[in-house]
Amino acid sequence: MAYLQQYGVYIAIVLLLMYNAAFTSNFISVDNFRTQFIQMVPVLIVALGMALVIGTQGIDLSGGAVMALAAAVIPLYIGYGLIPAAAMAIFAGCLIGVANGAMIAFIGVQPIVATLALMVAGRGIALVVANEQLKSVTNPTILSLGRNSIVGVPYSVLVAVILVAVVALLVNRTTFGKQLVAVGGSRRAAELAGLPVKRILMTTYILAAALAAVAGIVATARLGASVPSTLGNLIELSAITAVVIGGTPLTGGKVKVVGTVAGALLLQLIAATLIKNNVPDAYSQITQAVIILIAVYIQRGKLAVR
Amino acid sequence: MITPTGTPRDATVLEARGVTKRFAGITALDNVDFTLHPGESLALMGENGAGKSTLIKVLTGVYQPDAGELHLGGTTTTFARPLDAQRSGISTIYQEVNLIPLLSVAQNIFLGREPRDRWGLIDFKQLNENARTLLDTYDIHVNVRRPLHRLALGMQQMVALARAVSIDARVVIMDEPTSSLEAREVETLFRVIGLLRAQGIAIVYVSHRMDEIYRVCDSVTVLRDGKSVHSGLLADLPRVELVSIMLGRSVEKTKRESLTAFGSARTSSQAPTLIATDLTRKHQISGISLEIRPGEVVGLGGLLGSGRSETLKALAGVMKVDNGHVRVGGRLVKNGSVSAAIRAGIVMLPEDRKAEGIIPNLSIRDNIVLAALPRLSVGGFTSRARQDAIVDVFMKRLRIKATSSSQLVSELSGGNQQKVMIARWLAMNPRVLLLDEPTRGIDVGAKAEVQALINELADEGLAIVMVSSEVEEVVEGSARVIVLRDGSVETELIGDEVTEHHLLSALVGEPITVTKELP
Repeated sequence: MAYLQQYGVYIAIVLLLMYNAAFTSNFISVDNFRTQFIQMVPVLIVALGMALVIGTQGIDLSGGAVMALAAAVIPLYIGYGLIPAAAMAIFAGCLIGVANGAMIAFIGVQPIVATLALMVAGRGIALVVANEQLKSVTNPTILSLGRNSIVGVPYSVLVAVILVAVVALLVNRTTFGKQLVAVGGSRRAAELAGLPVKRILMTTYILAAALAAVAGIVATARLGASVPSTLGNLIELSAITAVVIGGTPLTGGKVKVVGTVAGALLLQLIAATLIKNNVPDAYSQITQAVIILIAVYIQRGKLAVR
Repeated sequence: MITPTGTPRDATVLEARGVTKRFAGITALDNVDFTLHPGESLALMGENGAGKSTLIKVLTGVYQPDAGELHLGGTTTTFARPLDAQRSGISTIYQEVNLIPLLSVAQNIFLGREPRDRWGLIDFKQLNENARTLLDTYDIHVNVRRPLHRLALGMQQMVALARAVSIDARVVIMDEPTSSLEAREVETLFRVIGLLRAQGIAIVYVSHRMDEIYRVCDSVTVLRDGKSVHSGLLADLPRVELVSIMLGRSVEKTKRESLTAFGSARTSSQAPTLIATDLTRKHQISGISLEIRPGEVVGLGGLLGSGRSETLKALAGVMKVDNGHVRVGGRLVKNGSVSAAIRAGIVMLPEDRKAEGIIPNLSIRDNIVLAALPRLSVGGFTSRARQDAIVDVFMKRLRIKATSSSQLVSELSGGNQQKVMIARWLAMNPRVLLLDEPTRGIDVGAKAEVQALINELADEGLAIVMVSSEVEEVVEGSARVIVLRDGSVETELIGDEVTEHHLLSALVGEPITVTKELP
């Protein structure tokens, strides 16, 4: 069981790849993998933020709404170029993170309640910002972020790789990362050790929102359009799944960055396998649900052992 | 004084015989006997961990005993769940009122038993009338239509009490009922207790306040380490005797016996490191002033509920005070801020090591460097080399036994966990070390090590304040003992006065009658 908890997700990935190599035509190819990686980028980036939040024993349901808000902001500033537009989109997303963090750290609202409120309100704000309109994005720089590659690596995947490295560094090598898992391990003990618990929680939710905003920018670039009404809808659920099957416990106190990447990859591979074998989308969703249950069951076993 | 009713003493309403309860190897209750007569008011006494809560939970069906039996009104009975006990007429009033704040007083009293009209709906008129009649019986005057949360806490407790007795109660168990009440509310509570007893309802009263116990109760059962060590009438039992039974120390002992690993405790004449003035917080502590000098270990004596832990929390910035202030080296420390206290050099080892001290899912290293992390980092990045320098020194010096500093702290024994906590604070170069029950839940060998370590730290000039419910630990470890009672300083014992006898006398607030012995 302990072995499964630690390596289950990797074993599942290998098994799935072996199955596809044997039975699915055209699966094991550079082109297909490039497509799969590009498709998993938004979930992965949201999941990185989610892993931080879950590490503090919290949860963030507002990731999709932040993506939508970022998408809504881009057309307003894209005239100044990609960088200013992206900066404004991330700034707008951070405001939602501030709202989440303030409610959770300072007022003491439960994370699931606070972020549920922002999940609903955030998309509403996005629609207001966008005037409830779908806008196509024509700026060539942003389109190239979604479509072009450098030495065969798509820019969006490169962004994700950089962010994975940054978050891994943050978790494993910085004071903040250590304090974050301490707060998740025991908030009371962290407070009594003099840690700035409220500031740590606040920062974590802002980081999660900033990451979700980046996911929104990348997704918008990929689509070539700002679609605040549907972009990132329910993506937070996939992100939570990726984090949990990657070995980060919902009870907090631990953040597995590489595991989160593997979790997101596994979800992507499952979806791709089912599609390529012409299984209807509805079954794909049911399969996802089964995987969540299995992952949570394995995690529960871990708690029981402890 | 409330006089017992004329019910014959041989009839019992609730009895426990040889009740034993074990949890994962720990015997929480060991062959406990307990007898309660109708109309009797019995004090259930004992220090932390003596088994009071476990016994109450057995009596109310929350736990099933592993051995022994319960008798209800003379017949053997078992409570498979709390509801069974309630239906048998055993009600419990907890410290916190566990009713529904938004419902009215009347609705709370008759929750689940509301009178119905012919449509099967709640008959509010009848409901309110019934509630008013019930409360009138106890001379409690309150608008029964008001939502419960709008009432003062004391009144809420009366409502809880009224609800309890309206369910045909035969026994009412009260756990620290006065801990958050005003003096006037306490009087009302006592009056209601008197009325209940007149109806033949038996009371089990759990409290640490001696004055109340002696006022409200006529008999007492004392638990210690899960055993019932004394049962009898309170009138025959002087307070000092009661406390010495609770703490397991004989009153005759007046000399130090070297039961602990503390060396000779010394007083210090240097300027005080810490000066606290008039620390006050409603219902917790009032007007506490103390001075701690470098190199001395000061014991903070007091029974549970005396304000001893609260005083430490106030000093450490964990608990905000309404009034008063703390100075370290002459400089004022911000009220209610843990980080300000730590910056000033005041650090605390909390009483509940597992919940408030260690972070179980982190390694020994991460636990030790937790507070000092910013100092051991470069530009926000942790430096493993700097951490290991500190961690290795303290693991060696405090003799922390572990496979490596990467081992999870939750895998360590209690004694080693406590050493990890001490290491965490020593890494901060503290000036004042506050210890709340430093050796609780630690095996004998490790206990001696921790005690020796406390001595060593004092020798190095640290000012140390120690709270312990073990009398010998306080007496042998401290050069000076500040005794707290009911939230304020009762007296201070210095030098030769630091004996178990003096301490026991001071704990209960009785004059010291024995002449001082020569050292």
